[in-house]
Amino acid sequence: MRLELGYIQINDVKFGNKTEVVDHTLYVNKEELIAHLSDDDRLAKVEVELAKPGESIRIMPVKDVIEPRVKVEGPGGMFPGFVSNEEQVGSGRTHVLKGAAVVTAGEVVGFQEGIIDMTGPGADYTPFAHTNNVVILADPVEGLAKHQHEAALRIMGLKAATYLGEVGRNVEPDEVVDYEVAPLFENAAKYPDLPKVVYVYMLQSQGLLHDTYYYGIDVKEMVPTIMYPTEAMDGAIVSGNCVSACDKNTSFHHQNSPVIYDLLEKHGKEICFLGCIVTNENVTLADKNRSSNMVAKLVEFLGPDGAIISEEGFGNPDADLIMNCNKIESLGVKTVLLTDEYAGRDGASQSLADSSPKADAVVTAGNANEVIELPPMDRLIGNSAPADKIAGGFDGSLRADGSIEVEIQAITGATNELGFNKMTARGY
Amino acid sequence: MAAKSRIVWYLNQFFGQIGGEDKADIPPQKHEGGIGPAAGATRLLKDQADVVGTVICGDTYFGENVESAAKEVVELIASFNPDIVIAGPAFNAGRYGVACGAVAKAVSEELNIPVVSGMYPENPGVDMYKNYAYMVETVNSAAGMRQALPQMINLALKILSGAKLGLPQDEGYMPRGIRKNLFVEERGSKRAVDMLLKKLKGEEFETEFPMPDFDRVDPQPAIKDMSNAKIAIVTSGGIVPKGNPEKIEASSASKYGKYDISGFDKLSEADHETAHGGYDPTYADEQPDRVIPVDVLRDMEKEGVIGELHRYFYTTVGNGTAVASSKMFATEFAQELIADGVDAVILTST
Repeated sequence: MRLELGYIQINDVKFGNKTEVVDHTLYVNKEELIAHLSDDDRLAKVEVELAKPGESIRIMPVKDVIEPRVKVEGPGGMFPGFVSNEEQVGSGRTHVLKGAAVVTAGEVVGFQEGIIDMTGPGADYTPFAHTNNVVILADPVEGLAKHQHEAALRIMGLKAATYLGEVGRNVEPDEVVDYEVAPLFENAAKYPDLPKVVYVYMLQSQGLLHDTYYYGIDVKEMVPTIMYPTEAMDGAIVSGNCVSACDKNTSFHHQNSPVIYDLLEKHGKEICFLGCIVTNENVTLADKNRSSNMVAKLVEFLGPDGAIISEEGFGNPDADLIMNCNKIESLGVKTVLLTDEYAGRDGASQSLADSSPKADAVVTAGNANEVIELPPMDRLIGNSAPADKIAGGFDGSLRADGSIEVEIQAITGATNELGFNKMTARGY
Repeated sequence: MAAKSRIVWYLNQFFGQIGGEDKADIPPQKHEGGIGPAAGATRLLKDQADVVGTVICGDTYFGENVESAAKEVVELIASFNPDIVIAGPAFNAGRYGVACGAVAKAVSEELNIPVVSGMYPENPGVDMYKNYAYMVETVNSAAGMRQALPQMINLALKILSGAKLGLPQDEGYMPRGIRKNLFVEERGSKRAVDMLLKKLKGEEFETEFPMPDFDRVDPQPAIKDMSNAKIAIVTSGGIVPKGNPEKIEASSASKYGKYDISGFDKLSEADHETAHGGYDPTYADEQPDRVIPVDVLRDMEKEGVIGELHRYFYTTVGNGTAVASSKMFATEFAQELIADGVDAVILTST
């Protein structure tokens, strides 16, 4: 399966009379975008704000971040199963508004939405301090159940990103990159001397506001399956969860899934990338056993030499991570794990809820419990009151002057376990 | 010129030149200036620091009175008003290593100043107290003194200079088990791909997170007669009285609550709720018995299936809460449960 990605560099975002890309600036017709999003009777009010890198702006509570993309050639459209039909995606050509992002925010859904600071010390921890953000603030109608509130915001974000992505359809990209992984036998025959690698892509599926979707299916309802790497680039995986902001994978992260891109970079040169095994992180032991057994079976079936396994979330899913590792290593397949840590504010506690001597190659995205002080910003998009109760906050997190003392757990994408960031942790 | 830094050295009776095993029961004592290795260190300190005092305690005395001995030693150390404490090196002497570690713990907790020590990696003092001192790795006998001293001094001088310490292997101390964040050149996914390539080629690679050995707790023997057993509820599901009076955090809890349920046949949304930030609280708030089964246990109490439901339940939020915190909470309230005659605990999580 082959996908061309045409990157249209976006350096600025402004409101305008017409939604369009002119000279690397994304113009947004605010009224049209609001009207496009307001036909959901679960939402009482939708507002749009802009936030650019370096501005003294705090956005919170942030639910999801999505990159505007548009399918230019080939079957299907963005986010199959949600805003496009269930066509098979991942081939043809897709245009990307690189440097732009949709950020969904507004009244808190669960406890676990995040903070994005566009400048200051917090900006070092989130990739979305460095994107030109179109922030959609939405309030639910009164009495809306939390899971419906989450669903409404999820769809709203996907619709907004699709609406904005559409204006890139006829723009000449600044760069076009080809990504291709051939069918299994053809792929293996092409690179007979290179070590074969698969990517085990674990998705949050603990339920109760901890869900992820694959082609519109709630992944806790599916058994592990095989995915071409390029499918993720077309939005096959969508975040629907309110897990701790630091290590939930936003939809943006899935579209830009870094292990996929970095394995493709080496594909045909140093490795033969066979594809991805998409799996879940359900809560019951039976589910964990079933899923990890099936992951191991699919690994055995594909016959790789090595596997990268990435986790989403922490605590309960640590068990899935270790089960996957143990079962894959037992097949003689070498693994590297991607995780983050909850080592306590002083860094002295045990970082993971499970461990194994087989997990001898681990990449960590850092200790989510480390505390940071976020100074006040000139402008607040959203509401800072939830600072005391979102995951990573504590009683007294929000101070009278508007500064916030929180664990970096509360910062969107801070310890992303797909390996999106340059932060890590070491034992001192 | 800046004033010289002040070092106080901790030694046992042998290195403190008081005597061998026959003098191991001497209580803590202090001396002006350096003795033994502390005196030998003076030439290494150049003009940057002085050994202002030495505190000596017998290994047997310390081992038999760890808490009070550590307290006495810290008082003597504090009397010199030091900037840093150096303890040992203890090599593979177990009692001496544990004493150096316990002194390090007490010094860092009471005086809040750094401690440098030196030990053989298998000395039990390393595992027990590595969090509290920068420990230089030594060989297993005092023959390594010539090598260990300059390493310990250099490390102490660097710490005193206020310079940021690098990774343990670069600075020459054993990792203390403190996890700290840092930014590196490559993003995590690239590091993972590179690590896998090395692993596939059979080349050496270094994991970023060495997996811990978990402490496993064996289950207690089953209770034979439940009809006379006093049962308590302990939960990490975050159920608290309405309003969360102790303000237990939604994640990374720093405290637990102890609440009286003697007046309740069941819990309801009018009186209890969850503080937990790791799941959709709708169903727990609606009926808190779903997380701590007070209603069912009351029925069982009436039916005589269990003897009695303990009047207090203990609660915290398990979401992202450090294992060390959980351990600390349980160490405290387990004593209360025992004192209250509780026979068994139902632990509920979410």
